[in-house]
Amino acid sequence: MNVHMSPIEDIASYDSDRVRRPLVREAVDLIQYRDLLSQMVVNIAKARYKRSILGVAWTLMNPVLHTAVLTVAFANIFRASLPRYPVYVLAGLVCWNFFTTTTVFAMNSLIWGGSILGRIYIPRTIFAAAAVGNGLTSLGVALIPLAATMLAMGHPFSLALVTLPLAVLLLAAFVFGVSLLVSSVAVLFTDFVEFYQVIVQALFFLTPVMYPVEILPTWAVSLLRFNPLFYLLEMFRKPVYYGQFPDAATTLVATAASVGALVVGWIAFTRRVDELPYRI
Amino acid sequence: MPSDTSAELALSGPIEAGVATAVALDGVSVQYRVPRERISSFKHYAISWLKRDIVFESFWALRQVSFDVRRGEVFGLIGPNGAGKSTLLKVISRVLQPTGGRVRVFGRVAPLLESSAGFNLELTGRENVFLYSAVLGHRRADTASRLDRIVAFAGVEQFIDAPLRTYSSGMLARLGFAVATDVRPDILIVDEVLSVGDAEFQSKSTDRIEQFRASGTTILMVSHDLDAITKLCSRAAWLEHGHLRGVGPAADVVAAYAAATVT
Repeated sequence: MNVHMSPIEDIASYDSDRVRRPLVREAVDLIQYRDLLSQMVVNIAKARYKRSILGVAWTLMNPVLHTAVLTVAFANIFRASLPRYPVYVLAGLVCWNFFTTTTVFAMNSLIWGGSILGRIYIPRTIFAAAAVGNGLTSLGVALIPLAATMLAMGHPFSLALVTLPLAVLLLAAFVFGVSLLVSSVAVLFTDFVEFYQVIVQALFFLTPVMYPVEILPTWAVSLLRFNPLFYLLEMFRKPVYYGQFPDAATTLVATAASVGALVVGWIAFTRRVDELPYRI
Repeated sequence: MPSDTSAELALSGPIEAGVATAVALDGVSVQYRVPRERISSFKHYAISWLKRDIVFESFWALRQVSFDVRRGEVFGLIGPNGAGKSTLLKVISRVLQPTGGRVRVFGRVAPLLESSAGFNLELTGRENVFLYSAVLGHRRADTASRLDRIVAFAGVEQFIDAPLRTYSSGMLARLGFAVATDVRPDILIVDEVLSVGDAEFQSKSTDRIEQFRASGTTILMVSHDLDAITKLCSRAAWLEHGHLRGVGPAADVVAAYAAATVT
């Protein structure tokens, strides 16, 4: 304890020797700046939706058109294993689009909007957090065409749908972790975003978004077990498509993947956080 | 003046007891670490990393800088371009963690930025007031209660619901100033931006800063305008190549700097 008592006004409001470690500081400040975070999310949505009716239409139509194309191409092949194929594909695409658009958006907003970090202090994780908030908004909007498709095709709405918030929460935590991880690389190399997009393209085919797991050979299925998105998609599809509660094993692995990604992403990003103003 | 400009000026005396400190710098150093070749491509980096030939050069933007800024004074920072003045302001406004040394700041710091820094041009003036205010760390509800006053001070009432891209540069600067200075900060950081807007707004903004000073705000300003520094500041510090060359009464430091620059 410090026995030397100083008057209140002599306690430094900022002391570079007493700043918390970035690992903790970012979390504290992210909560502190929650008003800024919510405004960033609202502003992104406004820029996209309020300004143009096309923005809303695009968010609604993009997965529908994508689904239509995939249905024309594959519905016949998977007729037996995947009845009402559009519901299966759309449920997968909603999650997949959330993952890809959010991670790419997080990197771009840090690279292009990050110059503010060199001028004034704000928590650096706020860009990835705002990207996730924005992704969740889009996901919410995309549930409308999904529900409409289910209704139109007479797909049953199961009681298991009450577990959907958990699926979305786990997916959001995972996406936040990955966003932080890729952002920490993207600030170092400007071409990483393009590189990442190629990887994501490949990952699309390694994740059962448009095909059922059963069509894969055994060796491929055992590889798929290492793809965290497989479990997160399963969490979402179980109640939506199969009308079942997600089983314990899937829930456990999905939770582990989400928490793991969040921890790894958070550590990787906050380790670099004090270098950011030098980089952007 | 002594011709040996490398000798530190003996202008800096011990701070007299009883004067409260606003900013305390103890041996502050900032090191930038830059690759010798600018590597910004991932592919290039991967290749260089494999060949293990990434060479970093370190560059000290600030080296062992120590001085105190007293509460309530107007303090000037002078020096040539690249002397480390802006880096020092960044360290004080906690944007940069110092590589070495210790920075202590007593009170709330508000930086006066180039007007566009906290703004989003696609959003309306009103939305931007809230955004910039949140960037400065204010609560939304708090900003809402002060909105009318901010807008009135900036004189943009008729345009407040128009997108910011339709604003003139003068309107932008006025709005930026109005948001940043609506709440009196303990320490105001001014980086060459005092000359915002037309003559009328300039006198309005100068009045506001004068009011702040009168009520005890410490003002830290960077300027290349030596006359302004002599006129406005009580004390000043002279930085060059990241080193502190002198600190003391503004007139003396400016005279020493001017003499060294001419010779």
